[in-house]
Amino acid sequence: MSLLQIEGLHMAIHGQPILRDVSLSLARGEVLGIIGESGSGKSMTAFSVMRLLPRGAGCLGAVRLDGRDLLQLPERQMNNIRGRMVGMIFQEPMTALNPLKTIGDQVAETVRLHEGLSRRAAWDRARAALARAELPEESFPLTRYPHELSGGQRQRVVIAMAIACRPALLIADEPTTALDVTTQAEILNLLRRLVQEEGCGLMLISHDLAVVASMADRIAIMRAGEVVEQGPTAEILRQMQHPYSRALRAASAHAPERGAVATGETLLNCDGVVRDYALPRGLLAAPQHFRAVDGVSFTIKRGESLGLVGESGCGKSTLTRAILGLEPLQAGRIEISGQPINANGHVDPAIRKHMQVVFQDPYGSFNPRHRVERLICEPFHLWDDPPVGAARDKAIADALEAVGLSVADRHKFPHEFSGGQRQRIAIARALITRPDLIILDEAVSALDVSVRAQVLGLLADLQGRLGLTYLFISHDLSVVRSITDRVLVMKAGKIVEEGETRAVFDAPAHPYTAQLIKAAPRLPEGVGG
Amino acid sequence: MGRFLIRRLLGLIVALAVASVVIFLCLEVVPGDPAAYMLGVNARPDTLAALRAELGLDGSAVQRYFDWIGGMLRGDFGISYTYRTPVSGMIVDRMWVSLPLALYALGLSVAIAFPAGIWAASRRGSAADLGVMGVTQLGVAVPNFWFAMLMVLLFAIKLRWFPSGGFAGWDEGLFAGLKSLTLPAIALALPQASILTRVMRSSLLDTLGEDYIRTARAKGVSRRRAIWAHGLRNALIPVLTIIGLQFSFLLAGAIIIENVFYLPGLGRLVFQAISSRDLIVVESVVLLLVFAVIAVNFAVDMAYGLVDPRLRGRR
Repeated sequence: MSLLQIEGLHMAIHGQPILRDVSLSLARGEVLGIIGESGSGKSMTAFSVMRLLPRGAGCLGAVRLDGRDLLQLPERQMNNIRGRMVGMIFQEPMTALNPLKTIGDQVAETVRLHEGLSRRAAWDRARAALARAELPEESFPLTRYPHELSGGQRQRVVIAMAIACRPALLIADEPTTALDVTTQAEILNLLRRLVQEEGCGLMLISHDLAVVASMADRIAIMRAGEVVEQGPTAEILRQMQHPYSRALRAASAHAPERGAVATGETLLNCDGVVRDYALPRGLLAAPQHFRAVDGVSFTIKRGESLGLVGESGCGKSTLTRAILGLEPLQAGRIEISGQPINANGHVDPAIRKHMQVVFQDPYGSFNPRHRVERLICEPFHLWDDPPVGAARDKAIADALEAVGLSVADRHKFPHEFSGGQRQRIAIARALITRPDLIILDEAVSALDVSVRAQVLGLLADLQGRLGLTYLFISHDLSVVRSITDRVLVMKAGKIVEEGETRAVFDAPAHPYTAQLIKAAPRLPEGVGG
Repeated sequence: MGRFLIRRLLGLIVALAVASVVIFLCLEVVPGDPAAYMLGVNARPDTLAALRAELGLDGSAVQRYFDWIGGMLRGDFGISYTYRTPVSGMIVDRMWVSLPLALYALGLSVAIAFPAGIWAASRRGSAADLGVMGVTQLGVAVPNFWFAMLMVLLFAIKLRWFPSGGFAGWDEGLFAGLKSLTLPAIALALPQASILTRVMRSSLLDTLGEDYIRTARAKGVSRRRAIWAHGLRNALIPVLTIIGLQFSFLLAGAIIIENVFYLPGLGRLVFQAISSRDLIVVESVVLLLVFAVIAVNFAVDMAYGLVDPRLRGRR
């Protein structure tokens, strides 16, 4: 008998159907991967199993755990199931822990709730659970607070909480989406080991086909609240039947066609750039510095697309801000078209207008009260005589059409657009002043695979048509590989490797680069395209 | 934490120094001569001059400022122009009314707001929630002096449960003292409790939407326990801020209620001192209130640190 059997599950929130006839099964010791884009209902399936749905939600069908239908259980009994029989791991480790309680208390709470142990005994169990999640007490005392841990470490605390009572079923909802590639690989290894050692079933939810392909015994693909295809992983990857599955696979392995050719002319030149941050100092101690960017030198040629990869905290963002003139430098110089960017507080708009930036979060980077036309015209403040009247209208129309939106969209507000469309607006905003250099700071990281493929295609197309130069910053190696000519690998403030993208990926020279590439999940050979 | 304390204490001293200068300057520009006020309109110029010399009103402004501050530092708040008694004694007497009244009202405010706010938040959208929101809306809107008068009509005049005004004094026993402060404290607490209830409710609702509440529920914590064990303490920071503001307000701002109930508190003392140009009393009381407000803020900052480990050691 399967451990988990979902039969004909329908779920609606306030009468709006969210899940339609979802049927899945999962055995002990098995990993079931659920793939789909945002809004496909994969998380809601997990929350239906946990019976932790938003207000106004109603379910039909059956969710059987060891033969018992969870949908029929009263809330009190559900509390006994959650944490004891089913453990859950979430996407956002930074916010998933109570900031005011020690990690020991939070892990121990699971045990105390379900096994009624004393505080001391529960702490012993918490210690063991954290050790199983690879947070040994010698390095990570139980009295630590969440804010004293990194994202990956916090995710281990969440995992320790989920496995403390050795549940039969683990549900992991995008457990590594918010983490770096190397941390992602470690967490996935940990989950794999827990399934093997404890014999529990794992429901692994992800939008990333490569992550699921490397982990799951069986895969289910969801779209618009329905399971469109499911079966053993190898089989699914080999012969995807449903057109949506094929589209998803194609998008995952998508490499846009690129027609751009770099010229010999140097556009951006960074020479020995150093950026220090002062650390909090003791009353009598000498001032101390943290060197975020440590002697970085590189150039970008006009028309080129340069990738910058590295883990969070490696100095990518500081370097980006320095190039934009937002950080004062302690040493070195940054020049665009031969003109120095004066980063000591004030940047000459005449120089600054050569660059624009597109950020990661398409939801947070717009003022929600402004209309699209006002949003995309913002960069014009860099101009001495910004266009007015018909010239301004033409600039708006050109920018919107360039990114595949319609001219009528100029009167809309950001909330009327999807995430992918908003990122198009952000690109339009960057394009409107016709800059030479566009910095794309994790610009596609928050997008679903198919939307990401579209946006990458758009970027490649624009580069070919308008002769743009890109600095493409990302932690996602597959994206960097598909859209850049050359790549820089950054670690602890330094560039450790630089070279042609293809050459670096095929034969990394620096061990850190090799480690990054090895950690990145990949689709098995022969899959894709 | 030690450095944090030292820096906060230095800040406190600077704030007090600035406040004392501002208070002194403000009263310098207030028209009216205390000596002339005391002697009446028909006073002879030489009598007036003699009194001004006696009161120390004839020196330069700078000299008078330092005399005043120097005295304060020695615990000598000067002699009231009007009553010819030490200001410190007057303030201490009035503090015995104002401080208990403020604490009483704050206690009521917290005692009402916490349960009501938590109750409303845990039943969001229900009739209970709507009821609490409606009542608190009314509590914020109704002027407290009007509510005070209604209470006097009902509880003092009709039912005769409480005195209609005045202060029995603590010599009569704790009960008598509290009894005469009860109606004023309720009148003061009503709007404060209404505001605090709404802050508590919205802060708790925000907290209950956080990811870690979902995490707690996923490990088998009941809804009720999620609120009490995980939600409440996280919701406290904004509530503490408001409590601090309310305490400062209750200490200094009870002037109208003190007048309605004829209570010999600090508010009435300042009010009377201003009308009789008893400037030295005004200066001292106002500076004392500034000190109280700064000290309360300091206490609230310390409380933040107790509640939230992320705020310890930083700043």
